[in-house]
Amino acid sequence: MIKQQAHTIFEPWLNPTEKPIIQFKNVTKRFGDYTAIENLSLDIYSKEFFALLGPSGCGKTTLMRLLAGFEAPSEGKIILDNIDIVNVPPNMREVNMMFQSYALFPHLNVYDNIAFGLRRSTMNKADIPDRVEEMLRLTQLVPLAKRKPHQISGGQRQRVALARSLAKAPKLLLLDEPLGALDKKLRHETQFELMDIQEKTGTTFVIVTHDQEEAMTVASRVAVMDEGKIVQVATPDRIYETPNSIYVADFIGDVNFIKGKSQILEDNKILVNWAEGQQPIIGTSEDRIDNGADITFAIRPEKVTISFEEPLDIANVFKGKILDIAYLGNISTYHLELPTGQNFKAQATNTHRIERRTYTWNDEVWLSWTDTAGVILSE
Amino acid sequence: MNLSRKLLILVPYSWLVVLFLIPFGIVLKISLSDIALSIPPYTPKLEIFSSSAEWLQYFMALDLENFIFLSEDRLYYVAYLSSLKIASISTLITLLIGYPIAYGMAKSPEHWRPTLIMMVILPFWTSFLIRIYAWMGLLSNEGLLNQFLIWTGIIDGPLIILNTNWAVYIGIVYAYLPFMILPIYASLEKMDVSLVEAAEDLGCSATSAFWLITAPLSKPGIIAGCFLVFIPALGEFVIPSLLGGSDTMMIGKVLWEEFFSNRDWPVASSVAIILLLLLIIPIILFQRNEHKQREVER
Ligand SMILES: Nc1ncnc2c1ncn2[C@@H]1O[C@H](COP(=O)(O)OP(=O)(O)O)[C@@H](O)[C@H]1O
Ligand SMILES: [Mg+2]
Repeated sequence: MIKQQAHTIFEPWLNPTEKPIIQFKNVTKRFGDYTAIENLSLDIYSKEFFALLGPSGCGKTTLMRLLAGFEAPSEGKIILDNIDIVNVPPNMREVNMMFQSYALFPHLNVYDNIAFGLRRSTMNKADIPDRVEEMLRLTQLVPLAKRKPHQISGGQRQRVALARSLAKAPKLLLLDEPLGALDKKLRHETQFELMDIQEKTGTTFVIVTHDQEEAMTVASRVAVMDEGKIVQVATPDRIYETPNSIYVADFIGDVNFIKGKSQILEDNKILVNWAEGQQPIIGTSEDRIDNGADITFAIRPEKVTISFEEPLDIANVFKGKILDIAYLGNISTYHLELPTGQNFKAQATNTHRIERRTYTWNDEVWLSWTDTAGVILSE
Repeated sequence: MNLSRKLLILVPYSWLVVLFLIPFGIVLKISLSDIALSIPPYTPKLEIFSSSAEWLQYFMALDLENFIFLSEDRLYYVAYLSSLKIASISTLITLLIGYPIAYGMAKSPEHWRPTLIMMVILPFWTSFLIRIYAWMGLLSNEGLLNQFLIWTGIIDGPLIILNTNWAVYIGIVYAYLPFMILPIYASLEKMDVSLVEAAEDLGCSATSAFWLITAPLSKPGIIAGCFLVFIPALGEFVIPSLLGGSDTMMIGKVLWEEFFSNRDWPVASSVAIILLLLLIIPIILFQRNEHKQREVER
């Protein structure tokens, strides 16, 4: 499935007149003396596909349960559409949740599962069948309508759970690791289906995942969480290209870190003095960085070019020795050693068949990258 | 199927044959015999090693006389009906008391649950008979219950509970409550809590979530519990004879009297056969419930 996105760029978070549909205002959630969410503030805009990304136990589910109404914040406010919903019980919120375990009602068939929420709503009884049919078509479940949850496959259950939570056309749909139980191939297909459905219905989606690839694929914006705090909120490409911390850079994808001291040049250019007797790395930074501060230079392996001949006209050129090659099919990752003994990774696409690989173990090669290829992190 | 599997299956089958089928055959045989002043007190009798003519003669002497007698005497009919009534009402009361207890146990913090289960099972450590005797002490006119009620001033004179059907209900509900609690607890405990949350998320209040989700999903536990109480309660003998009065009619009591007071083994056996036939229906239903449950869980 290919996304046909010809329309204007969707960036409500850059528009100061746009009001967010959800606002977390200094929300703290404690369980006993354990703080699961700490002073968290967050804005999510209407029609966004917002991803919460973080390691297990960082508070993603807790954040979702706060939105759904199963937990009350210890401190702070949660605003949905201009209304503080902290004291609104779950059954009165225009928020629906797709549970991590799907939580399909085992004694009801697919049709009745999807109709369940509609039958509890103010919807006219006569209109319910049409809405259920619509949901069945949307999730391609029409032939399974009469089956019980234990008579269908994992992927189909996941679609029933999605259809059930979408049936009431909530303002906000929460998806807690919705694809966790699916195998990789089905996951990829379903990710695109989810994006498609989100676009068709125009619902605001908040998805929880610990799979960074999934977050990058589906989301309009990603929030990276760590121990109950949000470390960075940005679009997937910004999160990847300009992580704001070592934590985010490390969490998303592969990265090389080189520690050093800063030396400020003009035009946002910064020299990273990283080792005695080595020429400094030239980088750029939008942020204000003090002269002589402790900094970390981070660069993704695929931004590094490998060559036998010394490249000219490029900001950073270093020597390296190949220690190991990990062949991944479409690409290979080269594990290298810098002259200082530091380990370094570089990646190159395999345009030739494997037998004609040009680089091999113990080859001395040149590593090069431009002055904007990496980021400079000040913490 | 290999030999060892066959042998393994033989064990429960021979158990059933020796301890259930053969005794049942003997009881059935006696129920078709006639009362006699002899030891044992019925006729005809048959030696195992008899000629075929003797076998034939023996079978000719068997008849349905006792069953006809039972159908003609209203006493038995009333006793069966009254047993059914007492067993049904007790089952219902046990359910009404047992369900909230099981629900509370299933919702309690996980580390408390083993203790709570232990407390439900604990009465089994004392003899059943002693516990029923204890109820006699509690319920009698000078018993603890009456003393307490008079002391608080709620009543002036003692309530007459012992030797009435009230005492029988109390006794049965007390004795069989654990059989109701445990299966219901088991079905509630394995229920995914997110189901109730999902129901609330979709617009249910806590009460309607209970009736639409929790109650239907605990149905197998309720059914199992009801049968586990109803089946033994129907043939209950100790409780009605110790706690009940002379007007308490239960078939177990009738059976005992026919057997030991009247020494009418053939009639007692026919009473037992009919009781068994009455019980077979709920037992089959019970097994079907268990079977269906296993299908769903698979
Ligand atoms: N009801 C609760 N009582 C106590 N601690 C909880 C409760 N719910 C979550 N926690 C704790 O809060 C932390 C965050 O949990 P959770 O939000 O489920 O993480 P995630 O979904 O990111 O894996 C965990 O350390 C978890 O043990
Ligand atoms: Mg979680």
